[in-house]
Amino acid sequence: MENKKAASTGPLQEDYAYKYGFETQIESDAVQKGLNEDIIRLISAKKEEPNWMLEYRLKAFRHWQTMKEPQWSGLKYPTIDFQDICYYSAPKKKEGPKSLDELDPELIKTFEKLGIPLGEQKRISGVAVDVVFDSVSVATTHKEELDKVGVVFCSISEAIKTHPDLVKKYLGSIVPYADNFYAALNAAVFTDGSFCYIPKGVRCPIDLSTYFRINAKETGQFERTLLIADEGSYVNYLEGCTAPQRDENQLHAAVVELIALENAEIKYSTVQNWYSGDKEGRGGIYNFVTKRGKCAGKKSKISWTQVESGSSITWKYPSVILQGDESEGSFYSVALTHDMMQADTGTKMIHIGKNTKSTIISKGISVDKSSNAYRGQVKIMPSAENARNYSQCDSMLVGSKSSAHTYPYIDVKNKTAHIEHEATTSRISEDQIFYLQSRGLNMEKSISMLVNGFCKDVFKQLPLEFSVEAVKLIEMKLENSVG
Amino acid sequence: MLEIKDLKAEVDGKEILKGLNLKVNAGEVHAIMGPNGSGKSSLSKVIAGHPSYSVTGGQMLYDINFEPKDISEMDPDERAKEGIFLAFQYPVEVPGVSNFNFLMTSFNSILEHQGSEPLTEDEFRNYLNKKMNIISLRPDFLERGVNSGFSGGEKKKNEILQMAVLAPRLSILDETDSGLDIDALKVVSEGVNKIKSKNNAIVLITHYQRLLDYIKPDFIHVLYQGRIVKTGGPELALELEKNGYDGFLQ
Repeated sequence: MENKKAASTGPLQEDYAYKYGFETQIESDAVQKGLNEDIIRLISAKKEEPNWMLEYRLKAFRHWQTMKEPQWSGLKYPTIDFQDICYYSAPKKKEGPKSLDELDPELIKTFEKLGIPLGEQKRISGVAVDVVFDSVSVATTHKEELDKVGVVFCSISEAIKTHPDLVKKYLGSIVPYADNFYAALNAAVFTDGSFCYIPKGVRCPIDLSTYFRINAKETGQFERTLLIADEGSYVNYLEGCTAPQRDENQLHAAVVELIALENAEIKYSTVQNWYSGDKEGRGGIYNFVTKRGKCAGKKSKISWTQVESGSSITWKYPSVILQGDESEGSFYSVALTHDMMQADTGTKMIHIGKNTKSTIISKGISVDKSSNAYRGQVKIMPSAENARNYSQCDSMLVGSKSSAHTYPYIDVKNKTAHIEHEATTSRISEDQIFYLQSRGLNMEKSISMLVNGFCKDVFKQLPLEFSVEAVKLIEMKLENSVG
Repeated sequence: MLEIKDLKAEVDGKEILKGLNLKVNAGEVHAIMGPNGSGKSSLSKVIAGHPSYSVTGGQMLYDINFEPKDISEMDPDERAKEGIFLAFQYPVEVPGVSNFNFLMTSFNSILEHQGSEPLTEDEFRNYLNKKMNIISLRPDFLERGVNSGFSGGEKKKNEILQMAVLAPRLSILDETDSGLDIDALKVVSEGVNKIKSKNNAIVLITHYQRLLDYIKPDFIHVLYQGRIVKTGGPELALELEKNGYDGFLQ
């Protein structure tokens, strides 16, 4: 684009840098770097886990050792030295905090700065938050309110102790440790994450949310989230994440498992804003995540909505196994890459039950020299009579050095299936920008308006506050890199 | 309000405007006519600041804070904020952005530039409702994406609504009549006539006399090969209609 540089007058200009890039000075309790059975025993001991959990970890670890790091993605990054990572780091606590008021003030300050007030008075109303700092969950808000309706929302470490039956039954049932390299690694070393159980017939009265923060250096974050919606229940779950700005890359390899039983509905939204590295591509988070849900019961629904705007590399495919008859899965995604970022994201919709339905809406925006790929699979199994899928994958290129790729895989084993796939690639045209500029919007505002318009079908799936947040985030990122 | 002196401009290295002079005062309506390729649309884009065109000579003096200022180097949005409006010949589609959001964002960015507080959604809705009387559009219009899926006529009407909302001092209407049927032409012209006042100026770029039956110009200019070769009163349009451009261009 040959446009003149627009005047940078936007009020958002102050936010030019990644504003979550600060580091909290807090004493932490960390294990030495490296990965072996002793480290895993140590993590398990630190977490005072029952023996079955340790056994599960060790099995996963032994399997992981037989696996090779996957190479098929085409993502470019140096080989990760898994022995050079610290697998456990937790803010040092005197005695485990009994209530939120006993939390380390540094932590409270950190989360306040991130816009997640934890104090009793200042909490965000209508959302219960579980906050995970490095390897451990440090606080969960609104517990009493949830207790009343029987909703269990706590850290997974706590759930292992308090709800062992549910954890034993479902952990690894959707993403078995042998599923893939990073899932195996996660199963071996996961340190914390959120656990949630919505009992039969309960419509969770408030939104549930987990906020992940990586703080410590050279530490990997391996969180594990398990969410079970029992028959006829409903939950809206939100997930946010940030990390300090560092020159080294950090690994985030999470596993999220969702289970929706008969007539249950889970809406899972993520706004991912890990540090993405600098303009030259130094530093940033490797976001290698396995997210999968199973519509186990009849007429159950799972919907993934994601706004992926951070991480130097994003590699994830939130998927749905549509096992129950008439179950529905959806995936709404916006992935924005800029500078040297790489994103390879998409979904898998596995249709097993009869009359199952899936919807995929993916919007990729590539700016600068970044590359953005949609990779998705729609699989219709022989048993899936009258399955339907609609996929729409749109890519938008900003500038002339960015790239976009679409890899749709469609595998149909039942003739009654009905599948639609649409894909477009567009470039923001000079005429579009000129049109908006001639109506008084500056260059940055014009581009962000075009991009927001492009993402609208996804943003409207997000809960209101999240959608406002997402729009601001995209604007900020674009302002940073366009002009 | 606007004084163009010896303006030269090029696009892709090709000179399109070759020393053009034009003076427009507040309260006036000017019509610029001329054969295809004479530079009419280019002139409108150069005044609005299209990035593909570069000004290679002359001046475009436009009154800002009661002082004539050369706007040649200003960004298009800065010109818009100072009250210059271009109604596009081919309005651009902006899918996913509702007309309401678009109008409000534009309006408020201009308001802020003038040092006023932006309007809230409710305030703007009230303001907009009054402006919607100027030009009739479908009831669901405000919720629809800007120009997306609009018919040619709707797009042109939308341009006039934007003009009414943004209340510019200088409006350039680039072939707003093209592609309109007679009913739509009437609606659009009536809209323009309602917006017209002694404080603003309108420049109509058109091929046809037809538009000038509805919007009465004070001056008519004939543009040919990048220059204004003749200026006259309304009678000039009738003459052109009768004899074509050839008579002037010998």
